This record gives sequence, C-alpha cells and structure tokens, in this order.
Amino acid sequence: MRMNACILTLAIGVAWAGVSPSAQHNTAADIEDGGRVFQNTCANCHGPDGNEVAGIDLGRGQFRRPMTDQDLAQIIRSGIPGTPMPASNFSEEQAARVVAYLRSVAASRQSVSAVGDPVRGKALFENKGTCMTCHRVSGNGSRLGPDLTNVGQLRRAIELERSLLDPDAEVLGNNRFYHVTTKDGVTTTGRLLNLDTFSVQLLDSKEQLRSFVKSDVRDHGFVDKSTMPSFKEKLSAQELADVVSYLVSLKGKTTP
Amino acid sequence: MTTREPERARRSEPQRARRSRRNTGLRRIGSLILGVGFVTFVAFVVPLTSLSAQQVTFDRLLHADREPQNWLSYSGTVFNQRYSPLTQITPGNVKNLELQWIWQARSLEKFEATALAVDGVLYTLQGPPVQGSYQVVALDAATGRPFWTLEYKPAPEAGPCCGRVSRGLAILGDTLFLGTIDAHLLAIDAKTGKILWDKETARAVDKYSITHAPLVLKDKIIVGVAGGDRGIRAFIAAYEARTGKEMWRFYTIPGPGEPGNETWSGDSWKTGGAAVWNSGAYDADANLVYFGTGNPWPDRDGSVRLGDNLYSDSVVALDPDTGKLKWHYQFTPHDQMDYDSTQVPILADLQWQGRPRKVMLWANRNGVAYVLDRVTGEFLLGKPFVRVNWMEGFDKNGVPQRVPGKLPTPEGELIMPTVLGATNWAPAAYSPKTGLFYVSVWENTGTIAVSGGGRGRQRGVAGTGGTPMGQATLTPNLKKEDEGFGAVRAFDPHTLDKKWEFKMNDITWAGVLATASDLVLSGGKEGYFFALDARTGELLWKIALGGQVNSGPMTYAVNGKQYVTIAAGNALFAFALRQ
Repeated sequence: MRMNACILTLAIGVAWAGVSPSAQHNTAADIEDGGRVFQNTCANCHGPDGNEVAGIDLGRGQFRRPMTDQDLAQIIRSGIPGTPMPASNFSEEQAARVVAYLRSVAASRQSVSAVGDPVRGKALFENKGTCMTCHRVSGNGSRLGPDLTNVGQLRRAIELERSLLDPDAEVLGNNRFYHVTTKDGVTTTGRLLNLDTFSVQLLDSKEQLRSFVKSDVRDHGFVDKSTMPSFKEKLSAQELADVVSYLVSLKGKTTP
Repeated sequence: MTTREPERARRSEPQRARRSRRNTGLRRIGSLILGVGFVTFVAFVVPLTSLSAQQVTFDRLLHADREPQNWLSYSGTVFNQRYSPLTQITPGNVKNLELQWIWQARSLEKFEATALAVDGVLYTLQGPPVQGSYQVVALDAATGRPFWTLEYKPAPEAGPCCGRVSRGLAILGDTLFLGTIDAHLLAIDAKTGKILWDKETARAVDKYSITHAPLVLKDKIIVGVAGGDRGIRAFIAAYEARTGKEMWRFYTIPGPGEPGNETWSGDSWKTGGAAVWNSGAYDADANLVYFGTGNPWPDRDGSVRLGDNLYSDSVVALDPDTGKLKWHYQFTPHDQMDYDSTQVPILADLQWQGRPRKVMLWANRNGVAYVLDRVTGEFLLGKPFVRVNWMEGFDKNGVPQRVPGKLPTPEGELIMPTVLGATNWAPAAYSPKTGLFYVSVWENTGTIAVSGGGRGRQRGVAGTGGTPMGQATLTPNLKKEDEGFGAVRAFDPHTLDKKWEFKMNDITWAGVLATASDLVLSGGKEGYFFALDARTGELLWKIALGGQVNSGPMTYAVNGKQYVTIAAGNALFAFALRQ
C-alpha cells in the first residue's frame, strides 16, 4: 500500500526543524522503540527514511502543514480518512515514541545547508573548490567522478555535507576507483565500470574507456581511499554551507 | 576409477567407450547408412523414427543414459545428474569449440530453459513477455532452424513472483508437455506444435503458476505449482498424459487432520506457500518420485506461522502411483530466511562406507549440502558448502541446530547465506566418472530483516553488495570479493569436502554440466560460457555471449557430432568442435 495521496489534501507545507519540548523528555530507549515501530510498520509506505510519500519527509520534519507532536500522534493512531493512511492500534505511548523517533532523526539531520547560498555555492563549486575537475553538472565538467546533475534528488544535505568533509565515510558501489598495473609497469587508475572474472573496464583520468585482460596485467585492485579530497580545511563553514546548498539545488535540470 | 565409483558407472564404462568408437567410425562413413544395426544411435535414423508412433517411450526416458546422443528430460535422465557419456569434446580439444548456430527468442525475458534433444530435434522454449506469448520451438539440432513454432499466450492475471520464465519441457511419446505461468499444463504435438489438450491445474487469479519442466512418470505428467511468495497453498499433482485428467494431488502443506498440519499455527497452513518450482527425480527401483519445496510464507515473519511448517523447505518422496507421502526430510524447519529447497534432486548410487547405497545429493539454498538415503529418507551427511552462520551441526536425526539469535529482526541481522541463498535453482551435476558433485554457489553475506510479514514491497533485505535476480542483459559488476562472489565448486559426496573451485567475480545463476570426458561446463551472470577440467577446476575454454547465463548447459550428438548448448541473454547458442 502506498500513501501518495495521503496528506496531499492537507494545507501547504512548511518545514519543521526543531526538537519539540516533549521529545526531549523521551529516553533513548523510547526513541529506539519508536524507531523499531516506525521501521516495522510506517516504513512500509513511507520508506525507511520516511521520505517516500510525495510532499512529506518524516525524517527531516517536513509535513504539508505545521504539526505538533500531538497532531502527529493523533494521525498515527487515527489515520487520515479518505486517504491510504490507515488507523493503527498503537497506544498513545507507542505513538508518542514514534513521534519522538521522528523528531530525533530530524534533529540529527539538520545541516549547515539551511544557511547556505546556492549562487555563492555554484561559484565555489566551479572555481575555488575545483570540483569540476572530477565532477560534471549539466554537461559541464569531468566524467571521472559522479555526475552531480541531479544529486539534489538523490542525496540529502547531511549526506552531501559528510561527503565533502569526510569523503571516505561512504563511497557508493558505483563510484569505486580501481587501479591496474600492466606488465611493463604502467599504472592506470580510473572509475571502475566493470570487473569480471577475466577483465577490468575503467574510465581513466583522461576520460578514456579502457579495458584490461587480467591475465595480461601485473597487478590490479580497488583503490581503498576515495580520490575526493576532504574540504574540511579548505572551505569555511559558510562556504561549505553554500556548496551544500548549491548541490541540494541540483535537481536534474540540463543545459538546453 | 576409484573404489568410490558406483557400480553402474563401472559396468557401463566399457559400453560407453565402445559407443564412442562406433561414433567416430560411423561419422567417417556417412550418415545414410549409419542407422543400420545400431539401435542406440537413434540420431542417425531421424527420418524413420520421426514418422513412427510413440517416439519417446517411458522406457527410453527411464534408460536415457543408454542413448547419450539425446537429452530426454530436464536434467538428462530421471536421476538428474546432468552427466553426459558423450566424449567427443575433451579437455584436450575443447579449445576448438566454435559457434554452430544461435536461436534468438522474441521475448527479452530471462532464458531459463534447458532444451530437450530428441533424435536430431531440439525442443525448447522462451517465457512470455508481459502481454505476450510463450515461444515453444522444435529446432533442427544441427542447424538451429525451427521446424515449427508454437505461441501460447497466458492469461493476463498470471503473476509469477520472479520472472515470466519456463525452465523446460518434458516429452512422452510424440507429445511435449509445458507448465505455464497461468498454471496450465499443455500437451503439444511434438511433430506439429499443435496443442492437444490444455488443463488448468489451478487458477492464475489465485496466484498459482508453473515454471518448471514437468516430470514424466509412466503414463502420468507430474508438476508442482509455484506462487509461494504470493501466499498459495502449493501442491504436486499427476495428470494423465493422454487426457490431462488429474490422477492425484499431494498438498505440500497438510490439511486439518493430516499429519503435519499441527506444524502451522492457526490458519497459516492455508497460505503457507511451500511452492514447487523446479523439476523432480524418479527412482524406478524404489518407485519413488522426489520434489523439493519452497519457503513458508510469509517468508521472514515466522510469528504468524509458529511451528516447523511442514513440508516447506523439504524434499518429499511420493508414491508416483498414488501421490502418497513415503518420507520427507526438512532442510530448514521454520524457515525465516527464504531458503527455498527447490534445487533439483540428484540421485546417485555410491559405495557408502563400504556398501552400495542409493543416495540423493542436495546442495541447498540454506548453504548446507546433504547426502540422504533416497529409499528411506535417512539423513547420512550434511555440511556447509559456503559460509553459514544460522546453524551449527545436526542432531542425530539430521535436524539442524540453530544458532541462537540468527533470525531476522526489525533492525536486520547478519545472516549467511542471505536471502537469495548459497545457491538457488540452478541445477547442479554429478559425474559418476570423477565421483564429484558440481555446484554453482554464491558466497554472500547479508542482513536480513523482518518487515511485518512481507506486506507491500520487498524491503528490509540487504545482501552485502547485492545479489539481484538474474536478468537477460549484462549488468556491471562493481562488487568487492568480501561482498559476494560466485563459483563452481566440486565436492566429494562421501565427505562433502570441497575438492576445487572456479571463482567468478560476479555471482552465478547458471547450471552445471559434467561429461564423461572429464569436462564441466557452466556460465554465470558475467555472460561467459566456460569449460573446466572436471578433476582440477582448471579453466580450459571460455567465450563471452553478451547476456547473462540463466540456465544449465546440455549436450547432445547428431550426425556423429557432439554439440553443447547454453542459453544466454534471450538466445540459445550451440557449439561444436571446429571441423
């Protein structure tokens, strides 16, 4: 069951970004319990991150209208008539724990991007950050790193921020780099395109499509560290917020 | 030959050598006179036999090992060894294999079928695309050119869980048999491709389907129904070959009052799955037919179906005349990891601890390989063949000892093997010549979570690195080895110790074929078809076919020439030695 229609009938949305007073009275165990209930039940429609129903993002406190904790608990228990959001048999305490969990997750996902300027961020991205030596946006820049044209649809601000500060924290499987050293000692490093029993395919640093037969090479393997540098010392907090804000704004628009 | 060789293999070896010599000599003389005097070389008298009535008798099926030029049932014989006595292609000359022909199917579905080779004609099929039709074909085995094509459009409500596929046909007399994803059993004239009868075994609207090759037993056609992950109560049934009339039905979940029903809490038996989606085996001496059964449903939420959930994840031995249960062995009692036991049962006659024993070999999706006495069902040996952390040994009755806590949880629990298993449905092989058991395996870890009984979309399952369902087209592999890989592994059935492995970077959905010339052939998700030395696992030959291999290789001979076929992508490829 999906609840795409759910809550669309509600008023125009706003983002709720704070931790409610009541949530602060919940213990870690309460929040954990709420998370379990959420993942076991609510996530079937809302998704594990709470952002799979159009217009709402439970994990970031975004609803179609301002919601108090009591509003949310009421909806969890009673559902929303006329929509796919069903009533539940949760007790008031259980519903409150789910709310506490959602508030807790939202609080932890607050990012400096909230105060960033995407226009300044674009300039930093293209100039000081030298991001386009590896990344591509709307047809401009390198193909070596991930294409960021629609990264704002794929990744949350908190994740983008983490990638900028700690690129090794998470490298998605399709962004892995690989190195190959041929028998004559030439090493090529590039983005891995395919690794099978007999061959390796890369996009090398010159954006050339390369293929190597394993039996013909001396050495090959994954590049353990991300080739992306950390911007922890390179950008100020404000600059970081600007870049994240720019990345979040990238929703797949392409150059005509 | 070692002392472990089965008696039957020892007896038949000289005969096979003589056949092989005849084969070579006859080829030189020419095909016109080849059929004279050599009954076993039916391939050479296609024009005559193809006009005679009742071409493939049950006796021929029962003794299919006597006619190595043919491949008369899903895994070659009713023993399902996927072992061919043909020896023209050897480890020494396999590098000279070259493409002979390709048959391209219309549908872009996964091609999971293994063809039948019957006296110079190949029968195979491809599953239907959405809103499209099955393609069943009779091909000239030497040229790949179709004699006829049958299209059958399943009902629109047909909804198999995991692909609109078929794993093959069966033949008896002059009739082919096909189980369909709308749960019909069709009888097809093997000479014309016309449907002779069409039996609805169960209602497609109730989510029943058939995806495996039917099993012919005497005058009956035996099929089981899939749909376990749609909440059916599965059954195995026998239909009269001539008319399609149902002769008996065995529910893989006992009803009220039947032994085993008490292993399901409440009404969970009504929707408990235990589907059948791969072919069975037959032992004529014991007069037993064997099928594996699928997981209980809901797959990961065991709280709504307390108990062992018989006969899910089991092998059942039935009397083929009555459908009565003779014995069963449950591989994974009260499964919460989706460990379908729908692997193809392999029957072998071994010298077991000093005396002849009729056994069944089984490498299970749950990561454990088994040797059972196929006459009594006695558990003889079980051992993990990949990394396994959900069980630790067996009790004296062969019941696996569970590792406490290794169960799906809302948060997810690291369980090995993960949901798609240590092997899946791809058929394994056994060579009586080498005495080794060859299995396509996945080494994989994964976090398995329970998500409220599987409502809604599939979620809460994470195999590290991912092990997606097989597809027709190639997909990039970017996994590191510790995230999972595929392999062909050879095991000694007396100890279940691994003798060798051929590792692949990506996983494999391909079956395995062994030949009397000590070749093992297989493929994988990477799209290669390859030949290995059956004794060492050494790679001898390979070719990239441009699509994933989702079927098992088979081999046959026509006009004195041995062919090997493999389906990859949505096409069937035939190879033979360069002339």
